[in-house]
Amino acid sequence: MKKEHSKAKKYGMVIDLDKCTGCGACMVACMAENNVPFKKDESNKLDSITWLRVFKLTNGKSFPDADTCYLPRPCMHCEGEHGHAPCVSVCPATATDYSHETGIVSQIYTRCFGCRYCMAACPYHARYFNWWDPVWPEGMEKLLNPNVSVRMRGVVEKCSFCFHRYQAAKEKAYYEGRQELEEDEYQTACTQACPAGAITFGDLNNPKHAVYELKKDKNAFRLLERLGTNPKVYYISTRKWVRQAGDNYLEGYETEGKVKKHR
Amino acid sequence: MDSALIPKGVRRCSIGQFALFVGVVGVVLLWGVFAMLLCWIKGLNQTNMNDYYGFALWIWADLAVIALGGGAFFTGFLRYIIGKDELKNIINYAVLIGFICYSSALLILAIDIGQPLRGWFIFWHANVHSMLTEVAFCLSCYFGVLTIEYLPLILENRQLDKVPFFHNLSHNLHEVMAVFAATGAFLSFFHQGSLGGVAGVLFGRPFAYREGIFIWPWTFFLFTWSAAACGPCFTIMITRLTEKITRKTLVKQNVVELLAKISGWMLLTYTIAKIIDTWYWAAVSAPAGGFWLMDFYSNNPLYGPWILITEVLICGALPACILITKSGRKNPFTLMIAAVLAVIGVSLNRWVMVLQVMAVPVMSFDKWVMYSPSWQEVATTILPVAYGVILIAISHRYLPIFPQERELNPIEN
Amino acid sequence: MFPFIFEWMWDMSHVVFMGGLWYALTIIGLGMTYCILKAAVDTAQGKGSHHHE
Repeated sequence: MKKEHSKAKKYGMVIDLDKCTGCGACMVACMAENNVPFKKDESNKLDSITWLRVFKLTNGKSFPDADTCYLPRPCMHCEGEHGHAPCVSVCPATATDYSHETGIVSQIYTRCFGCRYCMAACPYHARYFNWWDPVWPEGMEKLLNPNVSVRMRGVVEKCSFCFHRYQAAKEKAYYEGRQELEEDEYQTACTQACPAGAITFGDLNNPKHAVYELKKDKNAFRLLERLGTNPKVYYISTRKWVRQAGDNYLEGYETEGKVKKHR
Repeated sequence: MDSALIPKGVRRCSIGQFALFVGVVGVVLLWGVFAMLLCWIKGLNQTNMNDYYGFALWIWADLAVIALGGGAFFTGFLRYIIGKDELKNIINYAVLIGFICYSSALLILAIDIGQPLRGWFIFWHANVHSMLTEVAFCLSCYFGVLTIEYLPLILENRQLDKVPFFHNLSHNLHEVMAVFAATGAFLSFFHQGSLGGVAGVLFGRPFAYREGIFIWPWTFFLFTWSAAACGPCFTIMITRLTEKITRKTLVKQNVVELLAKISGWMLLTYTIAKIIDTWYWAAVSAPAGGFWLMDFYSNNPLYGPWILITEVLICGALPACILITKSGRKNPFTLMIAAVLAVIGVSLNRWVMVLQVMAVPVMSFDKWVMYSPSWQEVATTILPVAYGVILIAISHRYLPIFPQERELNPIEN
Repeated sequence: MFPFIFEWMWDMSHVVFMGGLWYALTIIGLGMTYCILKAAVDTAQGKGSHHHE
C-alpha cells in the first residue's frame, strides 16, 4: 500500500472532441483563474495570451460533407523522454522545469529573463510572451485570483494545469492527515467550466482516475506524437479525419514503426 | 591637428573629412541608439515579433555577425597554431572585425531579451543542458579573448606606446598571444557549434531538428565549419572595401590569396557536408516526423526551393570553386565575387535556421506565418553596422592595423 | 555556475561543462595576470622607457 502512495503522479487530460462545442467557456475560465492579462484590442491573436486556445478544424469538404471540430489546446506538459520536454531542456536559466512528482511542466516567472527559446522549441504554440505589462480595467485588480501571481512584461507564461489548485489541495490533505488526493480534489478550471463535460483531468498513472481508462480508448490520440514530445493531453474522436489531423502523415511512407509510443 | 596620434609614415585624410565621415555614420548610430532605448524603456512590443516569432531579425543578425566574425578565430588559429606566418599581415584586421561582430552580438542579445536586467541569470542559474547557455558562456569568454587580442593594437598607438608600461604590456601580450588564440579557437568551436545546436536540438520543429553525436546535432558542426569557411571571406571582403574607401592597398595580394585558398577548401568541404546533411534530413529525419521536403518549401509567399539552390549551390559550391582555383583567386574581381557570395550564403543559412524554423507550421491545422520587422528592429540591427564603421575608421586612423601599409604606400619626403 | 548555487548538481554534465568554462577562464586570467605583472616588472627595470617610434 505504501508503495502505491509513493508512486509518481502524472497529471494529464483527456479531451473528447466529439463533445466539444467550441463555446470557449474553458478559455474564459482559464483566463479568470490564472489572471491572464488581456489587451483592449484582442483581434491580433499572434500577440495575445491564451493559455488554453480553442482551434477550429475543418475537414475541407463542401456541403453536405463539411465537418467542423473544435480542439482546445492547453500546454501539453510534454514528458519527452524521461522529462526531456522540448521547452525544458532548452531554457538557459532553468526557469522551466519538469516535475517528476506530478508530471507538470512549470514556469518560474521571476526566473525567466525572456529569451523566448522555449517558445521556439514548442510546436504547439502553447507558450506566450508578455509583450506588455498587464493592465487591468479599473477595479479589476480586486477581482484577481490571489493564489496566482500576475506576470510582468518580458517573461514567458503558459498553462500550469492550475498548479496552485494542486498546492491548495495538497495543503488541505496534509492538514487532514492524508497523503493522497482524491480525484475531485484537484481539477483544473477549464475542466470544471466545460458545460459539455468534454474535458477529463486526473492522474494518468492512477487506475482510480477516469483518465486512466479514457487514454486507452481506441479513438484516443495525442498531438504530434511522432515527434517524440510525449504529451500528457489526449484527445478522443470517433471521426477519422479529426484523429488524422493530430499528426502529419505521409502517403506511401512506412511510419508506423517510427511513431514513438510512450503510454 | 591630430597628427601626433597618427602612426608614422602613413597618410590619412584631413581631420575635417574624417569628422564629416564619422558624423554622417554617427547620425545612423544615434538612430539605432534611439530605437534601442525605445525597446528597453517601452519593451519588446516595439518590435513585430509575436508568439509565433519568438526569434526574429535580431537572432538572425546575432547568428550572422558571429558567423562573419569567425574570421578572427580561424585566422588566429591558422596564424598562431598552424603557423601560417604571412597571415600576421591581416590578423589585426580580422581581430578588429571579430571584436566588432562579437560586441555587436552581445549588444543585440541585451536588447533582445525581455528582461535585460536579468540577463545575468543565464550565467548564475545556468542550465548546462541548454545550447543557449553554452552560447552565452563561450560568447562572453571569447569576447574577453578578442578584447585581449585587440588591446595590444590600441597600446601600439603612437602616444600610448610612449608609456613604458603600455609598451611592455603590449610586447608581453604579443609574446603569449598564441595561448589566447588557442583558447579563443577552443571557445569559438563551442559557441559557433552551439549556435548551430540552438536550432538543431529543437525536436519539436522538424524543419530544424537534426540528429547527431551525443548532445550535438549535425548543425553544431556545420555552423562551426561554415563560420571558419565564410568568416575569412568576410575579412577579405571588408579589407578590400576598406582599400577602396581609403584608395590604398593595405594587404599584399599573396596574403589575401592564402586566406582565400584555405577559405575555399573549407567552403568546399562544408558545402559537401551540407549537401549530405540536407539529403539525410530530407530523406530520413523529416519524413520520420511526418514531413516531405517540399512541405517546408511550398504553400507560402517566400520560402521556396530557391533558398536551397541559392544557399548551397550559388553561395556555397560556386564561391568554393572560384576560391580553390588559382586563376579565380588571382583575379581581384572573381575573388571579391566569391567572398561576397560566401558571406551572403552563410547569412542566408542563419536566416533559414532562425526565421524559416518559426514560419513552418508543425501542427497539421496550423498555418504559415510571415513576419516583417518593425523599424525599431531594423534600426537596432543597423546600429552595430554604424558602430563597426566608426570603430574601423578610428582604429584605422590611429592604430597600426595593417603592417604592410607603409611598405605598400611609401610617402616621399 | 558555482557549486554553491542550488541548481548545481555533481553530475557529469555540470563537471564537463563548467570544467571547460573554468579551464578557459583560468587560462585567460593567468595569461593576463602574467602579462600585467611582467609588464610592471619590466617597467620597474627600465625596459621600454628608451623606446622610440
